[in-house]
Amino acid sequence: MRRQPWRVRALAIATATALITTPSACGTGIAAREPGAPLELSIATFTEFGYEDLLIEYQQKHPGIKVRHQRTGQGGTYHQQLFTRLGAGSGLTDVVAIEEGHLSDALAASRLFQDLAVIGPRDVTGNRWLDWKYAAAKARDGSLIGYGTDIGPLAMCYRVDLFAAAGLPTDPELVKPLFSSWDSYFAAGDDYAARTGKPWFDSAAQIFNAMHNQLATGYFDTDDTLVVATNPAIRQNWDAVTAATRRGQSAGLTAFSAEWEAGFRAGAFATKTCPSWMLGVIKAQAGPANAGRWAVTGAFPGGGGNWGGSYLAVPKQSAHPREAAELAAWLTAPEQQIRAFARTGNFPSQVEALTSPRLLGTVDEYFGGARTGELFAAQARKVSAPQYKGPGDGRIQEAVVTPALRAVEQGTTPEEGWRRLVQGAEKIAR
Amino acid sequence: MAAAGPGRGEDRPVRTRLAPYLLVAPFFVLFTVTGLFPLLYTGYVSLFSWDLVGDSPGFVGLANYAELLGDDRFGTALVNTLSIFLLATGPQLVVAVGVAALLDAAPRPSTGWRVAVLAPTAMSVVAVGIVFANLFGPRYGLVNAALAGLGLDPVDWQADRLAGHVAIAVMVNWRWTGYNALVVLAAMRAIPPTLYEAAIVDGAGRWRRFRHVTLPLLRPTLLFVVVTSTIGGLQVFTEPKLLDAQPGSANGGASGQFQTVALYVYQSAFETRRLGYASAVAWVLVLLVALLAWVNYRLTRRMAGVDG
Repeated sequence: MRRQPWRVRALAIATATALITTPSACGTGIAAREPGAPLELSIATFTEFGYEDLLIEYQQKHPGIKVRHQRTGQGGTYHQQLFTRLGAGSGLTDVVAIEEGHLSDALAASRLFQDLAVIGPRDVTGNRWLDWKYAAAKARDGSLIGYGTDIGPLAMCYRVDLFAAAGLPTDPELVKPLFSSWDSYFAAGDDYAARTGKPWFDSAAQIFNAMHNQLATGYFDTDDTLVVATNPAIRQNWDAVTAATRRGQSAGLTAFSAEWEAGFRAGAFATKTCPSWMLGVIKAQAGPANAGRWAVTGAFPGGGGNWGGSYLAVPKQSAHPREAAELAAWLTAPEQQIRAFARTGNFPSQVEALTSPRLLGTVDEYFGGARTGELFAAQARKVSAPQYKGPGDGRIQEAVVTPALRAVEQGTTPEEGWRRLVQGAEKIAR
Repeated sequence: MAAAGPGRGEDRPVRTRLAPYLLVAPFFVLFTVTGLFPLLYTGYVSLFSWDLVGDSPGFVGLANYAELLGDDRFGTALVNTLSIFLLATGPQLVVAVGVAALLDAAPRPSTGWRVAVLAPTAMSVVAVGIVFANLFGPRYGLVNAALAGLGLDPVDWQADRLAGHVAIAVMVNWRWTGYNALVVLAAMRAIPPTLYEAAIVDGAGRWRRFRHVTLPLLRPTLLFVVVTSTIGGLQVFTEPKLLDAQPGSANGGASGQFQTVALYVYQSAFETRRLGYASAVAWVLVLLVALLAWVNYRLTRRMAGVDG
């Protein structure tokens, strides 16, 4: 703790530099490039996008273009930097990756991004992507700020051994009725908790977020008015989740905490909302000792859903927006995303990629030989029209709703938790 | 600088007159760029309503400061900071003096021991935070396993307010006790042996020599340790950020039960995205640190007057 006034100071510097440079922002200058002149493009991604080989190939196909790849390990750090530099008006790469949870903030700042429908290659149209994926990247003024890369269609994962011990069915086909609606899901949870005395799901926030994303209207209406306190559906979801929590269905393990990771190994919960990429997380955390104990089924309460996945965008800061858009368009083409899928397991968002034999043939032995490619492709088609996300939507979810639900798990009353939710959301939306 | 006026430098060549200024210039230039300017600019920003990615900051005068007075989250953060500071400084001081006394009592000063005592200070605070956050895990943490082994109830370090403060204080203490012990040890070594000899002649035992000779002479050093602990203790940031189970969260626990003021600055700037408000919080923190430092400075002078 001691000897770190640099912390406050560093913050001040960051703030100061961010602010000083603001007036010089918005230099849109689309520099015309002389044919044949060498050009360096840069692209920034976080965690694993699987683009290494693809970028080498792109440079071979386009002599004269050099692509610099900036990789950040953690998504949180990456996006914070992204928005600081966006506000500062400089420092961003020509192509930037934006994760779905942060998309609402990018859409609110759409004036700082190029409209890809205008500057992107003409042959790239909305038909390339799943409708909901494409529509979610449209700002209120109608501009398209990002090309979709991957998605995280939701299915349900469950512990076969814990289900068997509780007398529940274990076959992926036979468990589907338990996951047909949220009512049946919570009822099954009561059943399970009554028979075993153990929690049904990992944490309240993981359930609430999935339910929330299925609503027609989310935290904001399309005029960017905060409707948390006035949309009865949000309160209903809150009541359902907190009631189930109070009945002992939640293990109270915050997603991605060390204890949550240990919980997969220990079998601390029997079900898990499972976007496609969660299979990798389960394998890594539960470990080989638990192979065959986890299963996945092609059902999700309340229809379908999506959690995660990203977009590639071109900030107006970029000096070579057309070339940057071309690169983004090429990377998000079905052929390329299939190759990224083979490398990292990131599920492609392109319609054509979802029918590729390579994807449909994917089988996962860890999950009892489930045909996961086929399963998640089907789940991706169940996702309905995207909910409108207002400015700060993702931050309300992360910094307000999740802590409020954790507080309820730690003993705060649902009423007090709700008060914090409304108050916190108003603070971010102001 | 170097104003050419009547004085003793007049007959010297300009180079010689400028040299001293040039020699100290790097510090002042660096300080102005990285210390003074951001400090003042933060004060300027605190007068605006300024969104992180917004394009039109509006001047609001002292409105941010007025809002701060009625902000219960800020009040909670302030209480948390002071509580963690007290829990960290008190035990740390006692243990540091004890460790120093043990090292001092050793017949031959051992470099090995001193390095060992100092080692935690040299470690990355993030690494320390991650390890300790795991140790203090409510369900699978080692500390609770040990408590269970002793037949005690497990403690939810991430939910309970006081327990969270204790966990953070332990991290702080673990890192800084050794450093303070070495500072105290240096002061102990500087005490003239004649004083001890006189005390022995007077029949004082080991404990009385420590109590009535060593401790009084350590006072100025202890005050220095307290001052530095105060400055650092009011800025605790990494430890509470990492104790929070939710990765990346700046909330300091689900209910902000261990959110410190420094963490609240960060949350206001990057989650609520109100740079003006965050700057106001940062400035209040600066004033608080300055106030406490001033109090300690006065105390030190008085003690020095009494003892020396």
